[in-house]
Amino acid sequence: MGADFVQLSLTPIVIGTLACIACALPGNFLLLRRQALIGDAISHVVLPGIVVAFLITGTITAWPMMLGAAGAAIIAVGLIELIRRLGRIEPGAAMGVVFTTLFAAGVLILEMTDTSGVHLDVEHALHGNLESLVWFDATGWGSLLDGQALAGLPPQVLRLAVVTAAMALFIVLLWRELTIATFDTVFARSMGIATRAVGFALVVATAVAAVAAFDAVGSIIVIAMFICPPAAARLMTNHLPHQVLWSVVFAVLSAVLGYVLAGYGPGWIGHSHAVSAAGMIATVSGAILALACLFGPERRRTGQAAEGA
Amino acid sequence: MAAEVGLFLDALALRAGYNSALVAVGAALLGIAAGGSGAFIFLRKRALVSDAVSHATLPGVGLAFIAMVALGGDGRWLPGLLIGSALSAAIGLVIVEWMARATRLSEDAAIGAVLSVFFGLGIVLLTIIQTLSSGRQAGLESFLLGATAGMLLSEAYTIAAAGLVAALIVLAMRRQMTLVAFDPDYAATQGVDIRRTDLTMMALALIVTVIGLKVVGLILIVALLIIPPAAARFWTDRVDRLIALAALFGGLAGYIGAALSSAFAALPTGPIIVLVAFALFLASLLGSPLRGVLAAALNGLSFRRRVHRRQGLLALARGEAIYDGFTLAVLRQAGLIRRDGVATLAGRAAAAAAVRDEARWDAAHDLAAHNLAEDERVLERYDGLTPIEEVMTADQIAELDRRLARLEAARPEVSG
Repeated sequence: MGADFVQLSLTPIVIGTLACIACALPGNFLLLRRQALIGDAISHVVLPGIVVAFLITGTITAWPMMLGAAGAAIIAVGLIELIRRLGRIEPGAAMGVVFTTLFAAGVLILEMTDTSGVHLDVEHALHGNLESLVWFDATGWGSLLDGQALAGLPPQVLRLAVVTAAMALFIVLLWRELTIATFDTVFARSMGIATRAVGFALVVATAVAAVAAFDAVGSIIVIAMFICPPAAARLMTNHLPHQVLWSVVFAVLSAVLGYVLAGYGPGWIGHSHAVSAAGMIATVSGAILALACLFGPERRRTGQAAEGA
Repeated sequence: MAAEVGLFLDALALRAGYNSALVAVGAALLGIAAGGSGAFIFLRKRALVSDAVSHATLPGVGLAFIAMVALGGDGRWLPGLLIGSALSAAIGLVIVEWMARATRLSEDAAIGAVLSVFFGLGIVLLTIIQTLSSGRQAGLESFLLGATAGMLLSEAYTIAAAGLVAALIVLAMRRQMTLVAFDPDYAATQGVDIRRTDLTMMALALIVTVIGLKVVGLILIVALLIIPPAAARFWTDRVDRLIALAALFGGLAGYIGAALSSAFAALPTGPIIVLVAFALFLASLLGSPLRGVLAAALNGLSFRRRVHRRQGLLALARGEAIYDGFTLAVLRQAGLIRRDGVATLAGRAAAAAAVRDEARWDAAHDLAAHNLAEDERVLERYDGLTPIEEVMTADQIAELDRRLARLEAARPEVSG
């Protein structure tokens, strides 16, 4: 736990943890609104958004990417709605049509443009590269107080910290609207809550979280972070504030445990190479969900649904 | 670019060489199997379950590779990899089913969880394989997005055989699967095992996914299960035609996509095939005469014209002035009024016919109100536009006319 750890592992762990929390927070509401797969669709279309933003600006700086991806997410949600209405197709199929097509377009454009000068390739986009986000300027724990070394932190740390704080703020500020609109749309409307606007805000929040986390863990493993911690939390309690807290706990646990297992786990069994940290984080979050499915105190359905099942 | 276009045309005509022809035929077979099996999944509204199934193949591929290397064999032996992928996809499918049934989580959450966690685990295994001495050129990444370059004859045979199996299952189970897709409760009363039928549908998705790994890749194969049936749905309301059309669209997407990718060899095959499928979908969405957007717009316009024509004619008959610009335009185009708004001879005849039709409908409703009508259901066809000749026989109309004449005669004379 010395200088090496601070230089090589601390920032990936912090970034992974922040990414997991940022995704798990809106994920709670996606789950309750049965929109878990919106997270799936959005995380797939982040790729074309980023690629197009890169084509337009020629750089891979953070803000154009964020805007591009958020724009792609909004376009995708609009397209899904459009195809659903115009074609009278069920939402799942409409979603499948839209996100596979946009993802395919993103991959093709990416392969066709010359991105050799920048760090943007298909594999990175699929499963991220958490391990590469190291803190070169760190010399030890003391660097945390050293302004010059702190300036050399990977920019993702600050970006994810801002996004995570924004997610927390979003949920705290819109708590009443989100909960009422989620559980009883009709009642929410009668209270004067703009339920469509709330739904739209949730989609935008999801997109922002997906983009921020995309850098670290890629476009597919992000889905695990949207779904697994909130789903496991859902099986622990019937109280929404507790569920959100549980989901944060599970998110942190997945990120830290996943990174440590990926980085040091192979060494414990006499294997010298580390494995994909993002993949391991998803695996750990899945293991937590599996345990919650088997032993979670509130894992069963209650009420009418239980009798019907 | 011209060279690529030439190559593409050659590939379409199967003249671009043995390998390209092989790939094009293989991809077309895959598309046919995918479209045909996808049709039921689409009708059952479970399109995204197949997304979980396809992502869940990845750890199986990795484990099969590791196991084959550990046994001293070649890790890239395709049938072994496919068996591994099928096993892990089946496990993923069972977990989705179990989570949605045994816990309070909804199916979409289960789909997302299985999809992402299995994919993550698969990526972990791929990084392990990269560090194995024999794994450096494993090329398993090509399973993510598909790469058809260097497809072997044996692989094309594998695709053809598995596609045939899928087609046979579709043929044998089509009645049960149709029943379950449209009315599961009724299907249950007919002794159809719903759970087993659902699992069969997903087994079809699994077969397609596994044979599609090489061509389209596991991330996008779901598109080949969803998009062709969604496109076919625009053209027909009959299940058998839907299946055939979905298979046709899938086959076309595979064939054209593979031909395109042989011209642009550097690009992954999967995304190209998906985009071709989407082009077919878009053409269907816009152009289908049955449910297409253009057809709906034209229908709306023609309905509007009929309403304006009818109301305009009734106004003419009553001698009322018409102010609505659209009504005037419709009547003028049909030659029913002159430019100054006065009815032409044809217009007066049409107006009289419209009034007579309204009177006959009134008489028919009157009969129904006195419980004298033979069949009241025809009256439901009254929408102010349908001529009564379309729903009643000449005899019935003659009866209505006699009744109208009697009413006319019985009406007391109004002086002045």
